Amino acid sequence: MNFWRVPLDAHEVDVPRGEVHILEERCKGCGYCIEFCPKHVLGVSKKFNAKGYHPPQVVKPEECVNCHYCEVICPEFAIFSVPVEEEEQDARGGDLSA
Amino acid sequence: MKTSQAQSHPLDPLLRTDRIPHIWCPGCGIGTAFATCLNAMKDSGIDLVQTAMVSGIGCSGRGAGYVKLDSYHTTHGRAIPFATGLKLANPKLNVVVFSGDGDLLAIGGNHFIHAARRNMDITVVCVNNFNYGMTGGQVAATTPHLAKTTTTPVGNPENPFNAPLLAYASGATYVARWTILHARDLTESITEALLHPGFSFVEVLSPCPVNYGRRNRIKPMDMLKIFREKTIIRNDARPTELDLDFDKGIVLGKFVHDTDRPSCVELYDKTCRPQER
Amino acid sequence: MTGDEACAEGALAAGCTFFGGYPITPATEIAERMAARLPRVGGTFIQMEDEIAAMAAVVGASCAGARSMSATSGPGFSLMMENLGLAVVMETPCVLVNVQRAGPSTGLPTMGAQGDMMQARWGSHGHYEIIALAPSSAQEVFYQTILAFNLAEKYRTPVLVMTDEVVGHLSERVVIPDAREIQTVYRPRAKGRKDRYKPFEPGERGVPPMAIAGEGFAVHMTGLTHDERGYPVMSVECQEQMVTHLVGKIRNNLDDILMTESYRLEDAEVVLVSYGVSARTALATVDEARERGIKAGMLKLVTVWPFPEDEIRRLAQRVKGFVTVELNLGQIHLEVQRAAGGRVPAVLAGHCGGTLISPDQVLDAIEQHFSLSRA
Repeated sequence: MNFWRVPLDAHEVDVPRGEVHILEERCKGCGYCIEFCPKHVLGVSKKFNAKGYHPPQVVKPEECVNCHYCEVICPEFAIFSVPVEEEEQDARGGDLSA
Repeated sequence: MKTSQAQSHPLDPLLRTDRIPHIWCPGCGIGTAFATCLNAMKDSGIDLVQTAMVSGIGCSGRGAGYVKLDSYHTTHGRAIPFATGLKLANPKLNVVVFSGDGDLLAIGGNHFIHAARRNMDITVVCVNNFNYGMTGGQVAATTPHLAKTTTTPVGNPENPFNAPLLAYASGATYVARWTILHARDLTESITEALLHPGFSFVEVLSPCPVNYGRRNRIKPMDMLKIFREKTIIRNDARPTELDLDFDKGIVLGKFVHDTDRPSCVELYDKTCRPQER
Repeated sequence: MTGDEACAEGALAAGCTFFGGYPITPATEIAERMAARLPRVGGTFIQMEDEIAAMAAVVGASCAGARSMSATSGPGFSLMMENLGLAVVMETPCVLVNVQRAGPSTGLPTMGAQGDMMQARWGSHGHYEIIALAPSSAQEVFYQTILAFNLAEKYRTPVLVMTDEVVGHLSERVVIPDAREIQTVYRPRAKGRKDRYKPFEPGERGVPPMAIAGEGFAVHMTGLTHDERGYPVMSVECQEQMVTHLVGKIRNNLDDILMTESYRLEDAEVVLVSYGVSARTALATVDEARERGIKAGMLKLVTVWPFPEDEIRRLAQRVKGFVTVELNLGQIHLEVQRAAGGRVPAVLAGHCGGTLISPDQVLDAIEQHFSLSRA
């Protein structure tokens, strides 16, 4: 996470990790999840779904902090995130300055 | 431990998934407003079996058709009086009205102010997309001054309602306004509104890219950026300062949360029913 | 008590638990009595902001399980037409009383008429069937209000009680029977697995069992054309299926719904067809005509809608003609003419409303139009 000043307790904070799931066939391509993801986890996919829209794709999976913003801003119930539990998180490393 | 393998959306249990995709256009914010409403229902911990959603007519009025609860898609403007009957006949029900600005504030305006006056125990979520979307983008009681619609081709000569002021002046005891971009605050407000015993009103500003946006040359993403840049969050702001004017900036927040005034059902029971002595 | 008061008492006897009202002459007294009585028996009265809201609340309350009603007169009846249609299409039982006054528009608020009979039939838009009753005395108002509730619940449909200012304000003796003697019916209820229930799947007599709000069936009801699940379907086929079902619920149960009364009809040559307060005129006329040697009889319509056309058609085979006695310039008269099918003359004894029709006017009509054998 980028801070202009690293909080004093930063080393004590467990930043959660998330995994984004995309229900591509529900997507209507508004792009809100891509634009407003605070961690810029998502990008536009080149592929089309059956309705002819470009769904989002995960471009920086390691950045997801499971904030669920994509899930709440999506008007189509087409995207959600789930927590990645600790062991796996440890394996990925918990570097705050990443 | 492993990553959860959930492949269905967390709101699916509350959705009539056999009716998804919904009818709302790409970039329309009603789906977001609707999702926040469902999230608030979950977060509030209310008994969902005892919860009913009532909608009127219009794009937002289709909300009731997608929720997997008792749900009633009624006539144009009449969601609030229908909800009033539902609530009075069974006060144990949590009654949520999910509808649009045209439905609730124009054709249903009279019902709106009277339900607020009674402090009727219902939650009203009003999606305001600044125009009549379902019929192709006509001027509404919430269209900003000078905005273009199919029935104000050179710009709206009239001024829009300040809906939170209208609600407050009429007697609503919970009043908030957010945009769909403020999805978290919005969810929190709707949650509070659901748990509030009297008339609670949450206005949700929402983009209508296909009608309002197109005629006013605002792309969907730009509308959301306007929601970010031209809004000011000021909780407890005076309701008279909440004009719907993007040039001045639109005030968002939670404005009224009055828990002292008894609700309609409470007052009816106390006043009209025989009291045990 | 007055007809209006008898209406309120009938409603309570039928188990009414919700009244959504709005004041209007000459129906206000019904609301007043319900406002005083309902909260004492566990029900709820609310005076809404207008009749549109009143009817919407009535439909909403019914969806929450209440035996639900409103009462109004002409101008309010017009405003209620919107949500009357909603009640038809959502198949929500409810009772709407119209204490008719003379119109059009504001008309004569304190004077009776029967000018809303066709509005009762077709007042809301789209094609549908409706049940409308027409009591002619305070006692009949009492019983027919109970009947209205029972029919509404049994067939999941709005039922109209078409009374008028005269009956509404007439003070008469009303016998209220012991509660145990009053039969009440409640709508067929949803049963079985909640995930398999379809809110508009026809059951016995074509009536779908109803799930009420809060029972866990997660019903969806809409004013849009819908399938048996209650989901909107914008297709010709679905429209056909839904409207045929709604109409069929009434048309296929005429044997149970239709009700008429007859007076001295056995040997009658001329039949006075009447309903509501005008049936009182018709009744007096029959006796007077008989005294003059005219073989008159009366067919009194208890259910004006659906209209007992088969009965009129059968009578048309053996009588010399019909006189419809009503307080308008020809509404039910048109139906009588249609059912008589030109076999025998069908004429009208009516006027614009504001006062009752006198037996003399009816006798004049008989003598003017029919050359009858005198006994």
